[in-house]
Amino acid sequence: MIVNKEAIAELAKENKRLDNRTLTEFRQPILIETNISWTAEGSARVQIGETVVMAGVKLSLEKPYNDTSDEGGIMVNAELSPIASPEFETGPPGIKAVELARVVDRGIREAKAIDLKKLCITPGEKAWFVIVDIIALNDGGNLLDVAGLAALAALKTAKFPVVDAETGAIDYKQKTDKSLPLTKEPLPITIYKVNGVLMVDPTNEEEKAYEARLTVGSDAKGTISALQKGGDMPLSIEEIGKMVDLALEKASFLRKELTKALKH
Amino acid sequence: MTYTKRVDGRKIDELRPMEAKAGVVKNANGSASFKIGKTWAIAGVYGPREVVPRFMANPRHGILRCHYTMMPFSGSGERIKPGRSRRAQEISMVMEQALAPVIDLSAFPNSVVDIFVELPQTDAGTRCAAISAACIALADAGIPMKDMVSSVAVGQVDGMVVADLNYNEEAYPAIVSDIPVAMLHNTKEITLLQMDGEISKADLIKALELAKVATDKVYQLQVKALKEKYAVDNNEGKNDSQ
Repeated sequence: MIVNKEAIAELAKENKRLDNRTLTEFRQPILIETNISWTAEGSARVQIGETVVMAGVKLSLEKPYNDTSDEGGIMVNAELSPIASPEFETGPPGIKAVELARVVDRGIREAKAIDLKKLCITPGEKAWFVIVDIIALNDGGNLLDVAGLAALAALKTAKFPVVDAETGAIDYKQKTDKSLPLTKEPLPITIYKVNGVLMVDPTNEEEKAYEARLTVGSDAKGTISALQKGGDMPLSIEEIGKMVDLALEKASFLRKELTKALKH
Repeated sequence: MTYTKRVDGRKIDELRPMEAKAGVVKNANGSASFKIGKTWAIAGVYGPREVVPRFMANPRHGILRCHYTMMPFSGSGERIKPGRSRRAQEISMVMEQALAPVIDLSAFPNSVVDIFVELPQTDAGTRCAAISAACIALADAGIPMKDMVSSVAVGQVDGMVVADLNYNEEAYPAIVSDIPVAMLHNTKEITLLQMDGEISKADLIKALELAKVATDKVYQLQVKALKEKYAVDNNEGKNDSQ
């Protein structure tokens, strides 16, 4: 890809971008569809601008870990499928996919967004484990924020499958009307520093022109539950403060979009 | 118990409801979405582009590579672990063989056309949906093609020869055979043929005859999807398909 770093950097100084957005504006459209996959316990397709991500939740009954014998578990996995970009390769997840999955995972896990104790059925023996799989379908930039929104949408709409009372076997083809014990709505937002100024929701081109970035996972109350700094350049404490403010504002914006979409 | 009426009430040659759309993945050179019943395949084509790893390159003509992937949450039971299973590898191979006869990559030596197929949900007939989606995506990418490949499963459920078995029919407690078929539209030649189960020769031939009718329905939809994407918007908006 030919990236005009200079043009992106110069425009940023004037609060302008190649696609005419302001620096703190998300792309349009923002489309959130849920229950897109009948085989998942919860699922969503989220599109922001040209970036498209699908997320699906699967539940299973497992033996709890020894050190948390009265809790279930949650895990987030991401696949940057080569269908999504000429830059993605086949094979096991690379560092970009691993980082994305771990940052989304931390935002949910550390916020204690899912009450893991409520997932336990018999301490030391049986508990629900939640796996969120995120699949990139088109990388138009800012995959992480789109993935975080898709993961939350899938978790919010997930329903437990029916469990046979006698055999204990899961009937994945039948769902109950019981939702996951989701107590918070964590969302990751990534703020980019380009030519000394702050920018949100970059396109692929803009993503290649940044100096530093900071992903902030936060809930509706503004409590921070995950941080991840990236990029080769340092950030000052003052900049970090501004980045967190902007991230909280944008998380609340996307949370409203999600609420709107789930009402329909 | 004899099978006299299909579990979902369809006629023997009736396919599940289908939807197809070309141009669904912006970054890809060509792409398509193909749904049949509750099975959904999304295909993206990249190329012709340089072959990696280099030793796979052929100096006489370009090569075709298929990559079939069920999303981890797309199975009707437990989560499917990510990573290429033996099943996915075999399906990817038969997909390549089903599509190769219609595409001409002689103008692209040392290059590759990659087709990635992702399935968000499945209910039988996934390799057929993958091939049908891939064929629309290849045409959308402008790859030189001699014909269209359309794919659907046929088979036999307790003596009744039917088209497009769903999961409940595949699992019907009697002798069942599931025969995924891909057919070229112009010549009616077969480029994918596999079978699970048992069938007599007479019923096999009957099933393959039924495949002609069934794949033609898929073909009509594939062409419609391509026309919808490339239709020139002349004065009146509505397209003139059918």
